[in-house]
Amino acid sequence: MRHLMNPLDFTTEELDKLFDLADDIQAHPDKYAHKCEGKKLATCFYEPSTRTRLSFESAMLNLGGHVIGFSDANSSSAAKGESVSDTIRIISCYADICAMRHPKEGAPMVAATKSSIPVINAGDGGHQHPTQTLTDLLTIRSLKGRLNNFTVGLCGDLKFGRTAHSLVNALVRYDHISFIFISPEELKIPSYLRDKLKELNIPFKEVIRLEDSLPELDLLYMTRVQRERFFNEEDYVRLKDFYILNKEKMKLAPEDMLVLHPLPRVNEISVEVDEDPRAVYFKQVQYGVYVRMALILTLLELA
Amino acid sequence: MLNVGKIEEGFVLDHIPAGRSMSIYYHLGLDKLDCCVAIIKNARSNKLEKKDIIKVECDINTLNLDVLAVIDHTITVNVIKAGEIVEKKALVLPKELKGVMKCKNPRCITSIEQELPHIFYLADADREIYRCKYCDEKNSEKM
Repeated sequence: MRHLMNPLDFTTEELDKLFDLADDIQAHPDKYAHKCEGKKLATCFYEPSTRTRLSFESAMLNLGGHVIGFSDANSSSAAKGESVSDTIRIISCYADICAMRHPKEGAPMVAATKSSIPVINAGDGGHQHPTQTLTDLLTIRSLKGRLNNFTVGLCGDLKFGRTAHSLVNALVRYDHISFIFISPEELKIPSYLRDKLKELNIPFKEVIRLEDSLPELDLLYMTRVQRERFFNEEDYVRLKDFYILNKEKMKLAPEDMLVLHPLPRVNEISVEVDEDPRAVYFKQVQYGVYVRMALILTLLELA
Repeated sequence: MLNVGKIEEGFVLDHIPAGRSMSIYYHLGLDKLDCCVAIIKNARSNKLEKKDIIKVECDINTLNLDVLAVIDHTITVNVIKAGEIVEKKALVLPKELKGVMKCKNPRCITSIEQELPHIFYLADADREIYRCKYCDEKNSEKM
């Protein structure tokens, strides 16, 4: 039995197989419409999320399966003080696979050690968000036709932005990838990522201004400054509108650059950019469903 | 010069940087042992100028070498039998440490999950960096 905690749990070869399956699901949805009949997905969401939870639920329903779960810690037994270890033992009796989001980092890993069903990390605090990374990779592969040879700009909250951390960890396994980290001083990438990139000799630079980097980028990954990651509201207010990508700035970017965003978007991408063909963040959402369908099938060994 | 007699059975921790012996005494749980323990502070040393030494008269197996390696892997561990050094144990940084250090990240699951062991993995042997298995936060606890 396998779990998914970290994008690196799958080798690049396994990811290729997963993405091939996602491509096939996209091309022949009918072939997969009954693959999960009689199976149940438990979505255990201890913190608010609409997109990820609904994406998982939509994926399971597309496969002919059923969905149970909770979308808020207050409506679960966590509010009564139950541990994650106990909760997953219970859920294992009700469902065939579990997607867990938790504000505490490492909670899905704890669940996986006690679970008798596959557990998918659907986001743990500021740590990892592997299915978002799979979504990002599938989007890039589908729209660019490859996962190597990119200069990737990541912009915004790179300190707490788990999607950015996961994407970096995943992309370093492909050839000729370089990074430009664009963030205010307070929201720079964590030291462990910096150390890892140095150790792997991956070229990267850390800058503050978005405009200066735009002409160099093949991919721009925008992130939201997340209110829920701040202990201090004042810091959040000061940093939330630090970057706003608009039409004017997009003029500086190459014609074939893609703009990705894990969503939800707040002010960091102006609505006027949505019509730009380079803005692919809404396409990402659809790829997210395909890749989660492929993942559920793979972990349930139904592929 | 002060003289502390040799021990017959047990172990001697030598070349401890001066001033660290008490911290090691507690981290190794030597305070909980019901045997003779001698702590020598600021002994003269050719290598370190000043050093601490701990002599313990009990089985070497009571000593957690992993903890000692994390504290300082340059410490010399001499195993004593019949009053003689019979073995010098090499200290190697363990790949994983369970229940030794505590994760200080307030966002880590270890901060709320009951009876969850704190586990750290060796992320960088050269720089002796351990990270929490659950949240990847660097250990900030000075041992």
